[in-house]
Amino acid sequence: MHKIFIRSFVSSLVLLFTLTVGAVAKDVKAAFVYIGPTGDHGWTYQHDVGRKAVEDAGFKTTYVEGVPESADAERVLRQLANSGHDIIFTTSFGYMNPTNKVAKEFPNVKFEHATGYKREHSNVSTYAARFYEGRTILGTIAGTMTKSNVIGYVASFPIPEVIRGINSFTLAAQKVNPNIKTKIVWAFTWYDPGKEAEAAKALIDQGADVIAQHTDSTAIVQIAEKAGIYAFGQASDMDKFAPKAVLTSVENNWGPYYVDRVKAVANGTWSQKDTWHGIGDGMVVISGLDSQMPADLQSKVKKLQADLASGKVHSFTGPIYDQKGNLMVAEGKTADDGMLAGMMTYVKGVEGDIPN
Amino acid sequence: MIIDINFVGLILASIMASAVPLILASCGELITERSGVLNLGVEGMMIIGAISGFALMTVTGSLIIAVFGAMLAGVLISTIFAFLTQTLITNHVATGLALTIFGIGISAMIGKNFVGIPGKEFPILFESLKDTIPILSPILFGHSIVFYFAFALPFITNYFLKKTKLGLIVRAVGDSPVSASNQGINVRLVRYMCILYGGAMCGLAGAYLSMIYTPQWIENMTGGRGWIALALVVFSTWNPIKILIGAMIFGGLTIIQFHMQAVGVRIPVQFLTALPYIVTIIVLVVISRDSRKIRLSTPSSLGKSFYKDN
Repeated sequence: MHKIFIRSFVSSLVLLFTLTVGAVAKDVKAAFVYIGPTGDHGWTYQHDVGRKAVEDAGFKTTYVEGVPESADAERVLRQLANSGHDIIFTTSFGYMNPTNKVAKEFPNVKFEHATGYKREHSNVSTYAARFYEGRTILGTIAGTMTKSNVIGYVASFPIPEVIRGINSFTLAAQKVNPNIKTKIVWAFTWYDPGKEAEAAKALIDQGADVIAQHTDSTAIVQIAEKAGIYAFGQASDMDKFAPKAVLTSVENNWGPYYVDRVKAVANGTWSQKDTWHGIGDGMVVISGLDSQMPADLQSKVKKLQADLASGKVHSFTGPIYDQKGNLMVAEGKTADDGMLAGMMTYVKGVEGDIPN
Repeated sequence: MIIDINFVGLILASIMASAVPLILASCGELITERSGVLNLGVEGMMIIGAISGFALMTVTGSLIIAVFGAMLAGVLISTIFAFLTQTLITNHVATGLALTIFGIGISAMIGKNFVGIPGKEFPILFESLKDTIPILSPILFGHSIVFYFAFALPFITNYFLKKTKLGLIVRAVGDSPVSASNQGINVRLVRYMCILYGGAMCGLAGAYLSMIYTPQWIENMTGGRGWIALALVVFSTWNPIKILIGAMIFGGLTIIQFHMQAVGVRIPVQFLTALPYIVTIIVLVVISRDSRKIRLSTPSSLGKSFYKDN
């Protein structure tokens, strides 16, 4: 009896050992943690497109969707790290602390946190896209297409990422149309179609005839379609949700980066880094331009896109003033990445205060 | 700060649009409660209506089938409640809560395949008259048929309860099922019908959310509106006309914060977000000041099971 027990115990240990070693040696498994559903057709949807690119490159992937930015995130991460995943992508800002905390417990698992800045352990990398470059293009279009000179903007949370987007958008719009005003409504959510729709309606009632958004659902473009005004797709091409309203979308293209990083793990060349890619590196993509846009605007936008990609044009080129008229960036200078990363003041022309 | 006259009309119109699901669900629940049945499953029935409407619209492409299908789905799920509470004589509160949890769960399961699909455009009426009268025309014109129905419903419900024989029967069953039964009224049948009617209205309220208000499906999209509808029935002291006022207040509170932001009123957003809850407390306090009135207008047998022991 005793012998049988020991024998089975040892053999199961051996089996377990070969299984784990086999898994590590054979192929790399990547996991993705999402804030919303993969069907949001926005932020999470695009990350999942990136995940599928990793699958197509021949790696195994899993994902967990709708993970709240709370203690739940930690549990999910720990479970993924425990179940043999070699690299885990955490795709929302609020996963920053859970990612670093769990990374400490699993030094052999690589962690990649999107849009964050904390890399407390050597197995944590961060990556983000220069979405503000895309918003420069949206601002140019909005400033040209508006007739009421009131542009609405549905914002999510007052963090530098969002403020930077509002500023970049407003600066570009002012450049083509000095009379425009940007009205901001904070929805205090990343994904809640009901709230986003109400925020958009409020802006339309205020006279906005172009609406931009920094929330993830398609509710806003649908409201814009109903109201007969213009809007822009967020994160993915939202044209099919509102063919008349959507002038273009700023798409997040994570696939190449994801494939690159998973391959690095497979080759053993993965190392910690902080990636911030824009239009030039293909992480930010501008969808097809709507035919309602005049031809000269279309060519202007295409040129701007090329100039942003080559670095000839920077979204934040001085002189830039804040709301009180203080100089933020001097004439001929551009804002450096440090300033961009911590941007918490509105530029001149944005209405209202940043909620604290 | 200058407020455009038309702007007032626009705000009122969007407040009314957000009040529609509250009115529909509350009026349905009011009839159920008037017959002496307390159904706490409003949220669950609404969410079932929301997914059924959206799913049927996507699959069949017909808005009419979708709207009536959503109502039928509400009827079906409330049949479970009716069978349990009326035939098996289970506790109303526990069964209602179970219904809500069941509804949220099953709708998420069915809805898995319908996330991220664009909804269809719902036809609106009198669109051409939209710019004719200042202030009034955005309120009166350019809405869906469900919108107009919702604003007529409190008056219809009031008429039904006060002026028709059937309404009298419903009230009698709610106030004294024993006397009603002795008069030869089939109490169980009346209560069954009232529960099913409540289910149909909640289903319609859900369909309004997923097909008209924000035409798409997301998990848990009713977002607690079912509970507000339940509270509204109490606020209104079981009077359908007062439901209309209550629904406007609650609809307004969810919308007004965005408008205040857009106008540039400098009130902390956190306070505006908390406003609906603060008002709930105030209204509760004001109402419960007169406890006699509450006792008089509450259906006497509300939430009590009725056994016919012969």
